[in-house]
Amino acid sequence: MSETTLVAGQLFNGISVASILLLAALGLALSFGLMRVINMAHGEMLMMGGYLTYLSIAVFGKGAGFAVGLVVAFVGTALFGALLEITLIRRLYGRPLDTLLATWGVSLILQQAARSIFGPIGVEVTAPPWLSGTLSLGGTVMTGFSIPGVRAFIIVLAAVVLGAVALIIARTRLGLLIRAVHENRPIADALGANTRLVDLAVFALGTGVAGLAGSALSLIAPVTPTVGQSYIVYAFLVVIVGGLGSLTGTLVAALLIGVFSATAQIATSQSFSDVLLLLCVIIFMQFRPRGIVSQGSRALEET
Amino acid sequence: MASRRSVRRAIVGIVAVALCATVLYPSSSMAAGTVDVGVLQSLTGTMAISEVTVKNATLLAIDQINAKGGVLGKQIVPIVEDGASDPSMFAQKAQKLIEQDKVATVFGGWTSASRKAMLPVFERFHGLLWYPVQFEGNECSPDIMYSGAQPNQQILPALQWAEQKGYKSIFLLGSDYVFPRTANLILKKHIVHDGGTVAGEEYVPLGGSDFSAVINKIKVAKPQIIFNTLNGDSNVSFFKQMAAAGLPSAKLPVMSFSIAEQEAKAIGPSLLEGSYAAWNYFQSLPDPVNKKFVAAYQAKYPGSPVDDPMAHGYLDVYAWAAAVTKAGSFDPEKVRKAATSLAYSDVGLGETKFAGNQSLVQTGYVGELQPSGQFKILWQSKGPILPVPYDPLSFPGKTCVL
Repeated sequence: MSETTLVAGQLFNGISVASILLLAALGLALSFGLMRVINMAHGEMLMMGGYLTYLSIAVFGKGAGFAVGLVVAFVGTALFGALLEITLIRRLYGRPLDTLLATWGVSLILQQAARSIFGPIGVEVTAPPWLSGTLSLGGTVMTGFSIPGVRAFIIVLAAVVLGAVALIIARTRLGLLIRAVHENRPIADALGANTRLVDLAVFALGTGVAGLAGSALSLIAPVTPTVGQSYIVYAFLVVIVGGLGSLTGTLVAALLIGVFSATAQIATSQSFSDVLLLLCVIIFMQFRPRGIVSQGSRALEET
Repeated sequence: MASRRSVRRAIVGIVAVALCATVLYPSSSMAAGTVDVGVLQSLTGTMAISEVTVKNATLLAIDQINAKGGVLGKQIVPIVEDGASDPSMFAQKAQKLIEQDKVATVFGGWTSASRKAMLPVFERFHGLLWYPVQFEGNECSPDIMYSGAQPNQQILPALQWAEQKGYKSIFLLGSDYVFPRTANLILKKHIVHDGGTVAGEEYVPLGGSDFSAVINKIKVAKPQIIFNTLNGDSNVSFFKQMAAAGLPSAKLPVMSFSIAEQEAKAIGPSLLEGSYAAWNYFQSLPDPVNKKFVAAYQAKYPGSPVDDPMAHGYLDVYAWAAAVTKAGSFDPEKVRKAATSLAYSDVGLGETKFAGNQSLVQTGYVGELQPSGQFKILWQSKGPILPVPYDPLSFPGKTCVL
């Protein structure tokens, strides 16, 4: 591989990293962005998705198990999210610091539960045969520009999930209610929208998407009780840089951060590219504290 | 009134319970027939994958010694603490064990960052730490017994093997902390000195999970072999992403310095198949004493493999007990002096001993990972290697005198 293919490869990697960030952040963009729920257990939703995938593979075998795992992870974590909303989050609306502490507690409980059930050592999830190939463009794996099947899959999945969430919000009746509640909760409530049900739906959808993300990420990362911790900071970073409540902002932020760190790594190490990235984010937030796409909703003015 | 009465009742109750507790369960350090020791490993966090099993092996040795009557007639009581993969937590817990629990000695530590954080604590309180993991050397403290390999017992033998196999161009990849950085500093000196080339050198933050850029740089550098000093979960991400990029170990060999049987099991042997590792112990070593150790461990933890740091953690307890017996005292100063004058043959490491610099004399092995998760031993050094804490090429003029 030559220097030019290195640059091309890194651009592709940037998009790949962006798709991972987007998947990790989408659920948070819903719960944090639309509902202002600071869900510290978001990382553990990803972790739960990973373990559900592991269980599905154990039951259905290597080939079909992963596909089943994606569905099981989505449904399973969405149900768990709904339960969490009803039992805990609902009682803490309007108290962001309490929510933060409570969900952090949930995060610790879930980590310990995973440790007790599956052990502190991670479980094995490997890519199914239909995803383990590599698409090589020119030359061999070593010399040419190649696209790993797993990474291509994650990019496609991120795009599909983003599209689906955007469609739900823009085109469905539920989406209409979500937008109404997001824009002005008291008026939406007064006009007869069932805001409790909307909150429940948004939170469950957010955790479900996180579970799906965790399932996909288990292809390239470990599945351990603490794996969620390595994504949570970046997920919050993407949502805040993108601007609360905006899916477009989340997408743009994920792309910017992914491509930035990948191109920075052509010249420097990963540790230093993280330093550069955080520096740029701090400077950027000085000029645009509301993120890339700032929305002028009531909700923002209140907080 | 009722509330005042219930308060009084509660106080009486608490006092009664506290009294019963002191009568029934005297604090262990006060009991005549026991001695407390600290066991300090990460039971949570990114390093738990490796450290929990060392804790298990340490506890197994303690159980076995207790079953044979303990040491100096006292039963050993382990006080297990969690370092939580956080160096400052290791320092805190080490201080707690020495100051508050007044333990006779501490077995523990894995990452060099954790050892470096504990070092000032042990030097301040004159405690004694038994450190079971291979490390980068460049350190020499009277308050630590280093049973893990020095660079000249693990890393340099691996380089020697690679050179014999004709691998000239080597890519260095590691987690971004003191062990990989120092190990690679030593490796670079020796690779250049021996006429090879360093194809590249990359570091990823500890716990890092994205290797897309690193893999691209490896492709540009086109090395013949990768020397991998990644630690913890990062290895899972690295091998998964190498396989996804069409570069499994069979295509581009990887020599790992922190992947033993335990990590192989966690990462998945199928991903690691054909990759190499350098250690001073493998579960597959054909030694009758080793077979007994493995059987004893697996009787307690069925299905769990045994590896090098575990064997060292296990040996440390036996070495400590033997040294205490010889010194006739639990005093760290006397124990460490006694420890360097004894030979041990309690685990499959063969007949071994601590050198005057408090590091273990041991043989270097290179193994190839099999689909079963076990290593096939390909190569071994010519006899046991004396430990050299300061590599003369990298740190000229520095010596370890205790």
